[in-house]
Amino acid sequence: MKKKKPKITLSSEYVLLIFSILCVVMILLTFNTNMTAGPLRSVASYVLVPLQKGINQVGSVVTGWSEKVVNLNEVVAENEELKEKIDELTTENNILQQDKYELARLRKLYKLDEKYPEYDKVAARVIGKDAGNWFHNFVIDKGSKDGLKVDMNVIAGSGLVGRITSVSANSASVLAVIDDTSNVAAQILSTSDNCIVTGNLQLMNENKIAISKLTDSDNKVSPGEKVITSNISDKYLPGILIGYVDEIDTDSNNLTKSGTLRPAVDFAHLEEVLVILKLKGE
Amino acid sequence: MKRKVVVIILVLICFVLQCTVLKAIPFTKVVPNLLVVVTSSFGFMRGKKEGLFVGLCSGILIDLFYSDVLGFYSLLFMYIGYLNGFFKNMFYDDDIKLPMILITLSDFIYGCIIYIFSFLLRGRLDCFFYMKTIVIPEVIYTVVVTLVFYRLIRGINRRLEEEEKRSATKFVK
Repeated sequence: MKKKKPKITLSSEYVLLIFSILCVVMILLTFNTNMTAGPLRSVASYVLVPLQKGINQVGSVVTGWSEKVVNLNEVVAENEELKEKIDELTTENNILQQDKYELARLRKLYKLDEKYPEYDKVAARVIGKDAGNWFHNFVIDKGSKDGLKVDMNVIAGSGLVGRITSVSANSASVLAVIDDTSNVAAQILSTSDNCIVTGNLQLMNENKIAISKLTDSDNKVSPGEKVITSNISDKYLPGILIGYVDEIDTDSNNLTKSGTLRPAVDFAHLEEVLVILKLKGE
Repeated sequence: MKRKVVVIILVLICFVLQCTVLKAIPFTKVVPNLLVVVTSSFGFMRGKKEGLFVGLCSGILIDLFYSDVLGFYSLLFMYIGYLNGFFKNMFYDDDIKLPMILITLSDFIYGCIIYIFSFLLRGRLDCFFYMKTIVIPEVIYTVVVTLVFYRLIRGINRRLEEEEKRSATKFVK
């Protein structure tokens, strides 16, 4: 037989023990302190982000094809519906435009600032979604290089998507508001009643989010009303649309109400998002 | 050395597939768990130690990208690989029954543990709902995918083993 250098081999029990302890220590460290996996993630994302970007493009092409076939009939019907809606909306828009000019005049009179300043935003592409079926966080292709920071708000088109939970040099993870672990302090636009919007996996399948602790003593909130982020939230900027009230029921304590809302964002087909480059605390 | 590189590339490919293309298939709501298939396969094909390492690689990837707490998935996948390693002596290359049973069990236990630690402990008690909508569909989908995917893994493993044998005999001469 050949002579071999004596090689240190550990039996698998020891290897398991060592790594188990290592993992438990890491879990405790990351759970109890603010330490994040930032630097490690940066290294990993240099390899994976280009891969994911490439494959994702193939994926969206495939999805595009299959959806084209499935949805053609729907699209034709929808097209007519939408045309009607355009007429409707144009008239509505004209009225609103007039109101807007009036409002601008009045604001000037009262020397009010614009209520919601225009935030700087960065557009990013969704390049990967959670590897399992339990959570709803996803990775976008912009990172600290583009000025992104943890807790920045992410929006898409018409409403709130979520907030950034961790950032590496060229990618960032976003926690969606429909995720089971997400909570947002919100308010009803028309009545300014505060409530809490909580993602829920059970409701997620019906594309809904839970509302709870709504104080609506005058019974004014009805389905269809807009729900926006509240001033009292310490992570979300105020006034971003979350969705529309779907159902509202009085809780058993007779003081608060809870129910569901329909998110303004289509989370199933999320491809591009905008990140607002302003933190609430700043 | 070559084995390590091949295995790591396989894990990377599975991870990337799992969070891009497989998520984008419009007819299915759940994703098959390829990483569990790879981890468990290498566990019973190659033994505890290799299962452990493949599991660790898969777990670290998920931890880095999608987990708030670093180490949870590493630990979980590592134990899946390790425990599957106990069945190495019962494993025959041509038998498909044992791999299917082990992979099914692994994925089921994986789902249960995630439910217990990240949902049950936060007070989401409706366990039947989560079983019905996530754990069971995921297991079924994974098993269907495994029917094809397992052959691929076995093929890769056979190739690697043949090559290792060849280079070993060359060395003895």
